[in-house]
Amino acid sequence: MKNIFTKGFFSKLILIIAIWAVVALLMVSGVMSRSMQSLMIKICYYTILTLSLDLIVGYLGDLSLGHAAFYLVGAYAGCAVAVYTNLPLLVKFVLALIVGGAAAALVGFLISKAIIKLRGDYLAIVTLAFGEFIRSFVKIIPGLGGTKGLMGIPSFDSRLEGFTLAYIVLILVILVIYNFTHSRHGRTITAIRDNAIASESVGINIKNNKVLVFTIASFMAGMAGVIFGFYKTTLNPSDFTYNLSIEVLVMVVLGGMGSIKGSIIASVIIVALPEVLRGAEDFRMLIYAVALIAMMMLNASPRFTAIKRSFGEKMNGLRAKFKLGGKAK
Amino acid sequence: MKKAVRFFAVALAALMLLTTLAGCGEDYSDKIVLGGIGPVTGTASTYGTSVRNAMQIAIDEINANGGVNGVKLAMIFQDDEADGTKAKSAYETLMDKGMDILIGAVTSGASVALNDLTAKDGILQITPSASQIEAAQNPNSFRVCFTDPLQGIAMAEYAYQTLGYKKVAIIHNHDDDYSTGMYQAFVERYKELGGTISEDVSFSKDASDFSAQMTKIAASDAEFLYMPIYAEKAAQIVITANEKGVNLPLVGGDGLDGILEYLTGDNAKLVEGLIFLTPFVSTDEAANVKAFTETYTKKYGKAPDQFAADAYDAVYLAKLALEKAGVTSPDAINNAALIAAMTEIELDGLTGKMTFDANGEPQKGAKVAKIENGVYVAQ
Repeated sequence: MKNIFTKGFFSKLILIIAIWAVVALLMVSGVMSRSMQSLMIKICYYTILTLSLDLIVGYLGDLSLGHAAFYLVGAYAGCAVAVYTNLPLLVKFVLALIVGGAAAALVGFLISKAIIKLRGDYLAIVTLAFGEFIRSFVKIIPGLGGTKGLMGIPSFDSRLEGFTLAYIVLILVILVIYNFTHSRHGRTITAIRDNAIASESVGINIKNNKVLVFTIASFMAGMAGVIFGFYKTTLNPSDFTYNLSIEVLVMVVLGGMGSIKGSIIASVIIVALPEVLRGAEDFRMLIYAVALIAMMMLNASPRFTAIKRSFGEKMNGLRAKFKLGGKAK
Repeated sequence: MKKAVRFFAVALAALMLLTTLAGCGEDYSDKIVLGGIGPVTGTASTYGTSVRNAMQIAIDEINANGGVNGVKLAMIFQDDEADGTKAKSAYETLMDKGMDILIGAVTSGASVALNDLTAKDGILQITPSASQIEAAQNPNSFRVCFTDPLQGIAMAEYAYQTLGYKKVAIIHNHDDDYSTGMYQAFVERYKELGGTISEDVSFSKDASDFSAQMTKIAASDAEFLYMPIYAEKAAQIVITANEKGVNLPLVGGDGLDGILEYLTGDNAKLVEGLIFLTPFVSTDEAANVKAFTETYTKKYGKAPDQFAADAYDAVYLAKLALEKAGVTSPDAINNAALIAAMTEIELDGLTGKMTFDANGEPQKGAKVAKIENGVYVAQ
């Protein structure tokens, strides 16, 4: 067992708290506009969603187009608990997170069991169909509001509270994913991604590992769904179309697949972009699409990759200089 | 490739800069700001565009006539793509820009998603066209259009009392909230009045074949066919009905507005005499409707629809409420007084003469349109 309380750990902890403090300060002082404040919450749950899909697509190497379904299950299950219980808000939220996450994980577990033999295009199409199936199914479950949607979900008392809670969940998710991907299991699943036959030949159980990844990813997507529900206060089946799955997939791809930092940066950019473009009126969605194409091309260009790498090295160099535990070369 | 990438990067940066600059052009500090939220992109964009256009016309008119107690009005409209989450972002953006009254959202789902926020802010919310019951449940939210059930009740009364039909055949869409809302209320009221339901069939959202339903209706003794559904499906149903020998008079709700666009050639004759409830017909001879239709058509190149009329009325309701509350400066707006004023005003608008009860529902008569010689005619 490694000692985790290293200098690197503390510098990261300080960074985490500092980001929260800066945002909170900007919110309380009113420097940050209301739209930016609510954008902060949105960024948090989208980032969780992207990170969770990155586990499946980036680390495990399976193309899933049904991620909105796990998000939906978590949102509905968690928020239904919040609607039908009478508890203080914070207790409700934590309970909803657990129930929503668990419900999504259960569905993720069952689904991955069923589709375990599929690969590539087949898996993508089945997950896509599964997402639409869940979305239609939720309309006929009594008590969840049908096509009208589930209403009366409690909202956060303030945007600061909403951001703080969502941020805490986000940090927990990042911690879990970081540790998971750097553990034995993490290395196992990247081995499966890189060469399934070779990894099987050294005794890796592909099925069990896939089910494990789907279950963990679904749990996180479910928690993101709960935050979304508390943010929006109503849930409609139309919030969870396959468009959402694709949008999240775009974030994963833009973030460079299999990269925590990349997923975070990509989510922030893609969630913020339509809001930043609000000034463009009718051309907003057009510019958004063009910007997306431009970013994808830029990201894929070797020159930009080189710039990113040299920047990363400089940062590591700086960190090493100030003895903050960076990996100096 | 390298050049292309550099070009894209520069273009992207330029666009971002442009849009942020475009965002902070006008100064609204000496004006009362009416915020509008609705879809102007995406599949529901015609609704939001109509509302935005009509709001602009109403505001221009009011400003040309001296504004509200001397204060000019301004409009800021934000896109929500008919999505609740995006409507929330749009709302926050409007609040940042100093919105005083919200006209919106245009679609039901988005409007309901905003209720919680507007109630917390205590701002006056008037939705032109969100017909779902929950959309006007808070004390601060009002609506111009009828709710779905209210439409069903009005049609039941019109069919039974005015048209004198005692037996009905019904076809509705059981996947659609709008359709089921109208259907249930109609059935309840029609039975209460003493009418008989001769045949009652339904279909699902993706249905494209209605021959089974129409065969059933053809065998019934109904005197008319009630269709609480949207125009696109209704057009298909009318064609099938004709093939199966159903030639009953047709009656429906405001969703049937525009049905002629889906029927070409001889098929258009099938809906001759169709009667539907609608808040607004652009060919109406009433003076205010005529004037509005003329201005709208001149400015935007097409006739206004009911969403436009609802939005136009919503702006005038806001104006009356502002006057009633005695607002003389954009800095001295008392939301509570404004909301209280809403139940005390009366507007003779494009969609009828209306007052409001404390629940935020409009009290106004139902208007009915009939298709005669291939055009919509107000009754």
